[in-house]
Amino acid sequence: MSSYLELTARERIARLFDGDSFVEFLPPSARIVSPHLGQLDAPVSFDDGVIVGRALLAGEPVFAAAQEGGFMGGAVGEVHGAKLVGLLKRAVIEKIGAVVLLLETGGVRLHEANAGLIAVSEVMRAVLDARAAGVAVITLAGGSNGVFGGMGIVARCTNAIVMSEEGRLAMSGPEVIETAGGVEEFDSRDRALVWRTTGGKHRYLLGDCQAVVADSVEAFRQAAIDTVAAFRGQTTALSLQDLEQEQAMLGERIERFGAMSEPLDIWAALGVARPEAIPMLDAADFMAAVASHQLGGR
Amino acid sequence: MDWKALAGALFPRGHAITEEDNFLSGSAQAGEQTIAVVGTTGHAPIGVEIALAQARFVLETVREHPGRPILMLVDTQGQRLRHRDEMLGINSYMAHLGKCVELARRQGHKVIALVYDQALSGGFITSGLMADACYALPDATIRVMGLPAMARITKVPEERLVELAASNPVFAPGPENYLRMGGVQEIWSGDLTAQLQQALDASNGGDLRGVLGQARGGRKLAQRVIDAIVSGSDVLAP
Repeated sequence: MSSYLELTARERIARLFDGDSFVEFLPPSARIVSPHLGQLDAPVSFDDGVIVGRALLAGEPVFAAAQEGGFMGGAVGEVHGAKLVGLLKRAVIEKIGAVVLLLETGGVRLHEANAGLIAVSEVMRAVLDARAAGVAVITLAGGSNGVFGGMGIVARCTNAIVMSEEGRLAMSGPEVIETAGGVEEFDSRDRALVWRTTGGKHRYLLGDCQAVVADSVEAFRQAAIDTVAAFRGQTTALSLQDLEQEQAMLGERIERFGAMSEPLDIWAALGVARPEAIPMLDAADFMAAVASHQLGGR
Repeated sequence: MDWKALAGALFPRGHAITEEDNFLSGSAQAGEQTIAVVGTTGHAPIGVEIALAQARFVLETVREHPGRPILMLVDTQGQRLRHRDEMLGINSYMAHLGKCVELARRQGHKVIALVYDQALSGGFITSGLMADACYALPDATIRVMGLPAMARITKVPEERLVELAASNPVFAPGPENYLRMGGVQEIWSGDLTAQLQQALDASNGGDLRGVLGQARGGRKLAQRVIDAIVSGSDVLAP
């Protein structure tokens, strides 16, 4: 078993997909870098922190993108965002069955603030365009930087999310909230609280992700294969009915849990027998223990 | 600008917009058309409740008034920074709002946005930036963060950022810079009624912000990178 969390984006791509099947679009040899970082004397990367291309997944052609958390936290700038948009547009043109997004990101790259913000919204619309065209878009979230900021919104625009417990999914990072609201609002050094609040298990119980897997590249690969297969021949587009259901689920969430301040209380309210034991369970035991307690789904 | 004064200037033929806890919703008369209006005021921090209220209004419009144009009025200080909102999954509420706006567009609703006061980071992504076209008033504040905060995080001296901001719109706040980058379609001044009408009449050609950003010189690489990937080239167009 090799940890997914500890791998680089390129290692994840190499091990998640079949053999040497990955073919990169606009690879580092094209030497396309951010036009803004140089002016700030910040380092650049020849892939601008994201790798995009085509691959085979259990023999099935898919498109894939992987964000590199080691370069500026996987944050989205002008080129980085455009690579994701280009990939999604090409997926539509080539009528590819699925796009698998290996997200690891702090959101908008503050060095390219305005361009990054627009880019994230372009990625959002490109994801939904792809879905409307019949392309299933799937998110894997298991990187050490989590999936934050505008990309946390993008992830929830995709058809499905697979997380490890260690992968986090949220909007504003704990440090940002602590800076704005004080340590009483969110103690970013309380790692257990951070994981209870933003980690895969909590997201699964609330219905924000579809599966929690172990932190291994094999587990993520199998989950990606299963999720892509589950969408074969299925509708991927938004529908009024699905969004009405989501509206009801999100409303129910506020009604039932809006007055709570501790994820453990939410898990108890969902009927989980021993909520305090949840953080200790491995992914398989967790899924078995809580399958009937998940809120709504999407 | 006060939302009531704005509504008066936009809708001389009348409107029925109401405010509740910084959430704006209702209908208005734009020329011969009735349009749906949704938005926020008071520099609202967008938390789970207000995002869900906006989404509910958009879904109701799709269900009960098929094809009715939707105007989003934007005034937000960004997403609400609370542990509770993160615990409840605020990103899901934001995404849900964005998906509802997208559904409306796909069902034939024209969706336009107007930044009439503030548009900051997360609150802007699922409102103005999800519209077919986003417009702004000249005095609007649009940004991810101010230059002092940006200087702290990027470790680049603020004076240097101010200097760079004069030539590169990526660093500097304001509607002019978002216009150059294609994020804002046009800046409205003068006769707001006429400009609203023009926006409602404009055709919807998809997400053209990359093309606009390139044509206006604010984002020189985005569209070229997209085009290179789509065409299977490893070389950017000149």
